[in-house]
Amino acid sequence: MEGFDAFIVVFASGMRLAIPLILACLAGLWSERSGIVDIGLEGKILVGAFASAAVATFTGSMWLGLVAGVAAAIVVSLIHGYASIDQRANQIVSGTAINMVADGLTALIGNAIWSQGGRTPQLPETAQFREIALPFARQIGAAPIIGPIYEGLISGHNLIGYIAFAMVPITYWALYSTRFGLRLRAVGENPAAVDTAGISVRGLRYRAVVICGALVGLSGVYLALGQTGYFQPHMSAGRGFIALAALVFAKWRPWPALATCLLFGCLDAVAIRLQGVELPIIGPVPVQAIEALPYILTVVLLAGFIGKAIPPRASGIPYVKER
Amino acid sequence: MSAPLKPLPVWADVALIPLMNVVAAFVISGFVVLAIGENPLEAVQSLVLGALGDLEGIGYTLFYATSFIFTGLSVAICFHAGLFNIGTEGQAYIGGLGAALVALHFGFLPGYTLAIAAIIGAAVFGAAFAAIPAYLQAYRDSHIVITTIMFNYIASAIMGYVLVNVLRKPGQMNAETEPFRDTALVPQFHDILAHFGITWPVTPFNLSFILALLCCLAVWLLIWRTRFGYEIRTVGANPTAAVYGGISPARVTVITTLLSGALAGGVAANVILGDQHRLILEFVGGFGFVGIAVALMGRAHPVGIILAAILFGVLYQGGQALSIDMPKISRDMIVVIQGLVVLFAGALEHMFRRPVATLLARRTTQPPI
Repeated sequence: MEGFDAFIVVFASGMRLAIPLILACLAGLWSERSGIVDIGLEGKILVGAFASAAVATFTGSMWLGLVAGVAAAIVVSLIHGYASIDQRANQIVSGTAINMVADGLTALIGNAIWSQGGRTPQLPETAQFREIALPFARQIGAAPIIGPIYEGLISGHNLIGYIAFAMVPITYWALYSTRFGLRLRAVGENPAAVDTAGISVRGLRYRAVVICGALVGLSGVYLALGQTGYFQPHMSAGRGFIALAALVFAKWRPWPALATCLLFGCLDAVAIRLQGVELPIIGPVPVQAIEALPYILTVVLLAGFIGKAIPPRASGIPYVKER
Repeated sequence: MSAPLKPLPVWADVALIPLMNVVAAFVISGFVVLAIGENPLEAVQSLVLGALGDLEGIGYTLFYATSFIFTGLSVAICFHAGLFNIGTEGQAYIGGLGAALVALHFGFLPGYTLAIAAIIGAAVFGAAFAAIPAYLQAYRDSHIVITTIMFNYIASAIMGYVLVNVLRKPGQMNAETEPFRDTALVPQFHDILAHFGITWPVTPFNLSFILALLCCLAVWLLIWRTRFGYEIRTVGANPTAAVYGGISPARVTVITTLLSGALAGGVAANVILGDQHRLILEFVGGFGFVGIAVALMGRAHPVGIILAAILFGVLYQGGQALSIDMPKISRDMIVVIQGLVVLFAGALEHMFRRPVATLLARRTTQPPI
């Protein structure tokens, strides 16, 4: 039973660590499925986190913070969209630029306003998204097996956490069961065919980029208003790139994306838990090895040793309309 | 919607358009400074004075520029082969491990051959770390951008582990090695000049700068004056045509990426052997990413890279002075400028092309007087 309780604790913390990854990963999925490669997720998480924390600090309202975070990330996403779609830019270069500008600008403005090295003041609890206890969590929690699962894993996330988990089936449904989703996937594979059918490649891709911005913005809002209650420079700490790794690992599909993000989140939780722990035979746990595992697993996958990760065929290629 | 663009005259293509792109980046940076509530012109003055106002500033500026030349060349050489190596950061970091291992364990080498061996160690480790993404790109069809991003984090994990658990000086809290012996160090210019009776303020500016310039020459010769350079450019322009011409894109990809990793190792020569004199955590500090901006701004040409690297050297050194003069403008401003340069000189490089082409076309169609 003790092992089970420990499992619940680690998995619950893994789920919380996975939430920003899930949102960013789904954001990347929408973008890349439409043919726009997005390595700027990291920067957009930062922008979402900063804008939400800044607005929540000024207004004292988490809701306005949420709107600001999502809106700011959408604006940045549209810049990437403009470069990728209208200017036919190299999407990797554009994403790199966005990461740099976001990283610098959020820290710069934060420092200019609050003079705390870029950190925003700690928000009061009323301006944060608090954990929501589902009905009867306490009562059911006493039951064996089901109790801890319900109380520890299913209950107790905040609103954005539940949105993140809900976005997985919604994304799945939208991509695979709607006309919009079909067209969006088609535009990522063969934009010329979509164009021939009289549907605007440009319009579809812009819509995908906006969805991407909204989701990745939420990821930033979760970090600032859900997890910590403030913004701090570089607080995304590579999550955008882990989400990118998860996206590749999940082969650009929503349900595997959820599973991969949970796996990477749990690895992180295990690494935190094993910090400084001495194991028999191995000695101190090389925490760095566990931290690097998501990246190593993704490279191994990319090398073609566990299946094959094939990106959407038109991803990264600007579409030039035939004349 | 768009008619094909007429080719621009050479001067517009080589000088005007890149200049406009960079100017756009700086104008927007000026607006950012304005928005923060400071005077952009005063900011520029403070920045330039801090970087070039005295010999000490110049020394630091050139010290930073040295690192940027290495990372800029590293990114640029891959550009020529149509590859985007984002892994310069990680390759430079692992290059530091190579330099440190040689410097700490090859003490039997006579005199300054130890320093030379350590530099080679840095290059070899940098190249070795680029080898796996290179192989995966060339033979397993996995995209070098994704693998090198992953490898940057793997490098960080490896170095964290090695410095904390293996190489840390016994009884020391900081994760750093013991100092290297003197013969493993790359001499600093103020020491050299002192031999000739010239006093120069103490700065970390060291002989790696000369090495960086030699690398520029070597890269220029390689790309434009050798058969292999021709192969690199052909693969970059059109891999299918390259195959038709009997060139193996896979081979070119691997060798170019290895060279790129070796050039990234130059950062370790400059920072670790030339300045820190011991291996420390995070010594690359984002210089690999600056290399992307430098390569784009310098249009992947060694001369352009030297100029762009010096400009970024001015920004990095001057940014420090600026953040003291105007505390509201922290050093993050430099990262913003760097990002805007990548955005305008890289992603939006063709934004001004159409207006300029239209303008020039209109002028030339007017009847000559």
